[in-house]
Amino acid sequence: MAVLAMRDALNQALREEMKRDESVFLLGEDIGLYDGSFKVTRGLMKEFGEKRVLDTPIAEEIIIGTAIGAAMSGLRPVAEMMTVNFIMVAMDQVVNAAAHIRYMFGGGTKVPLVIRTPGGGGHQLGAQHSHSHENWFAHVPGLKVVAPGTPADAKGMLKSAIRDDNPVMFIENEGTYAVKGEVPDGEHLVPLDKNEVKRAGDDITICAHSRMLIVAMDAATELEKDGISAEVVDMRALRPLDMAPVVESVKKTSRLITVEEGWRSYGVGSEIASRVYEEAFDYLDAPVARIGAAEVPAPYNKRLEKIAFPGKADVIVTAKALLGKN
Amino acid sequence: MKVEQRPADSKSKEALTDKASLLNLYREMLLIRRFEEKTAEMYQLAKIGGFCHLNIGEEATIVGTISALRQTDYVYSTYREHGHAIAKGIDPKAVMAELFGKETGTSHGRGGSMHLFSADRRFYGGYAIVGEALPIACGSGYAINYKGTDEIVMSSFGDGATNIGAFHESLNVAKLWHLPIVFVCVNNLYGMGTAVNRASAVTEIWKKACAYDMTSERVDGMDVLAVRRITDQLVAQAREKHEPSLLECVTYRYRGHSMSDPDTYRGKDEIKEWQTRDPILSLGEHMKKQKMLTDEEIERIDEEITAQVEDAVKFAEESPDPDPKDLYRDVYAGEGAA
Repeated sequence: MAVLAMRDALNQALREEMKRDESVFLLGEDIGLYDGSFKVTRGLMKEFGEKRVLDTPIAEEIIIGTAIGAAMSGLRPVAEMMTVNFIMVAMDQVVNAAAHIRYMFGGGTKVPLVIRTPGGGGHQLGAQHSHSHENWFAHVPGLKVVAPGTPADAKGMLKSAIRDDNPVMFIENEGTYAVKGEVPDGEHLVPLDKNEVKRAGDDITICAHSRMLIVAMDAATELEKDGISAEVVDMRALRPLDMAPVVESVKKTSRLITVEEGWRSYGVGSEIASRVYEEAFDYLDAPVARIGAAEVPAPYNKRLEKIAFPGKADVIVTAKALLGKN
Repeated sequence: MKVEQRPADSKSKEALTDKASLLNLYREMLLIRRFEEKTAEMYQLAKIGGFCHLNIGEEATIVGTISALRQTDYVYSTYREHGHAIAKGIDPKAVMAELFGKETGTSHGRGGSMHLFSADRRFYGGYAIVGEALPIACGSGYAINYKGTDEIVMSSFGDGATNIGAFHESLNVAKLWHLPIVFVCVNNLYGMGTAVNRASAVTEIWKKACAYDMTSERVDGMDVLAVRRITDQLVAQAREKHEPSLLECVTYRYRGHSMSDPDTYRGKDEIKEWQTRDPILSLGEHMKKQKMLTDEEIERIDEEITAQVEDAVKFAEESPDPDPKDLYRDVYAGEGAA
């Protein structure tokens, strides 16, 4: 087991899958000669050549469209969108095509496609480079959506996503690429439909995915100092949404906070809260609290940006309020 | 609109003088015509729901292009694709059953008129978003090159699609990556109700390929032999040289955009004028002059094909609806995930 940064864990997954299966190829903007905007694809063009690591024009619709057609024709493409904000240009291909093709053609074909793309703010990149939109995709039947928050899960879920026969939105986060963690060597597969408890606790449940998982874990460590035992559930599998560990946890703690980096309205937390109300209402001692980004386009100014995105302090304050310990 | 044709040197003139080849083209075109006429009738009887777009008038363009392909070649089309599906070899019964929404249809009643599909016939689908299928067709082209096989891709779309970004992105990478694709623009002069000169700065669509240094041709889309000859050439170029091309077929749909189109944006005289150049009648006349066909034979062929279409309707009528318990089937591959 090696300690790897998230970007290197992803790189390892891509390299291993490309070695294992000739039909796996990568395409995207500056992923080859330039080694990738966030260096996730570093060295891969050199190792596998230009056919299997395809540098594309800056034209998102053709990237996704090409990936879909290649997937329908026997290949396993992994497309990179430089940031999730850019995918808006290709939403027709993602939703109307990738997600719907199998069903609308009566199961006559499949679309084994992975779209890797980072969301997330905090780097003063302003309103068109900073948002998180995993809820948009998680709304759509036909897509699978995952958002790992640890290097080990990043590797294991990417490998599973590449082997899956469906279009998978693989949501990364610009703020986690340098985060390090232990990563199992070689064959390490994490299922795309299983959420899990990352930290056990008794007093309150905190649900989070991607970078917010790290924020939630840090908050739980702080809360422990104040005598509050928080259980953290990693919501890495967003569609299909595995609610079992959340429901089980809420039955124990009776209190739930959801944390996401995107806007709260119609968000991941809204969905989780609804399902908890449906499945474990009688166990709750307080309304579910949702934490998310301020409902503004991401501001550039450093101080404004800091308050626009959720952080550890928000989780701590909310947890204490929910427990009446402020 | 008068069609100015650019001269296209054809290698396949020889192949198109024999009776069997011409008869095949004739029968295919007539099958599409009779199928679509019956479709209109069934739509009016409310046997078919949703939107329904007919190919009547466009038969020469469809048959002239698709007959040049092998079964293993890919065809991508639009929501006006009943004829393309039939020309690619899908049984008219399965097409009619899909229009009826039945389990025996090409897409098991999940797609309808706009989403026909056959993996076996490499008919890779009808798409209902204008221009959406062009980038996807490029993906099949990339896969062919990747695997080193010798299929080609035909991507068929209307004149309206050439005004959207996806068209330009697709032509750009097709040329850049040497994809074996023939882009076929079915220029029927209207994008829904908007005439091509009211929507496109360049009304001769073939010229749009110039920006990508791509082979392009314009052909009389009412003349099946002319369409077939030039398509043969462009298919060979795609297959042998992995060079894409754009073929503009100037044609006309006799009916409205869809069954619900009152057709108020064009004159009756215009429609009548195009009907004087009917592709099926023209080929029939040509074959009669060549002593390849008699009026009696024409009548007999028509009876056969009319019966074939009746059979398709009977099959569709008698087929079962999809089972409600299968509502969620095929949302995902390989599992029953919700």
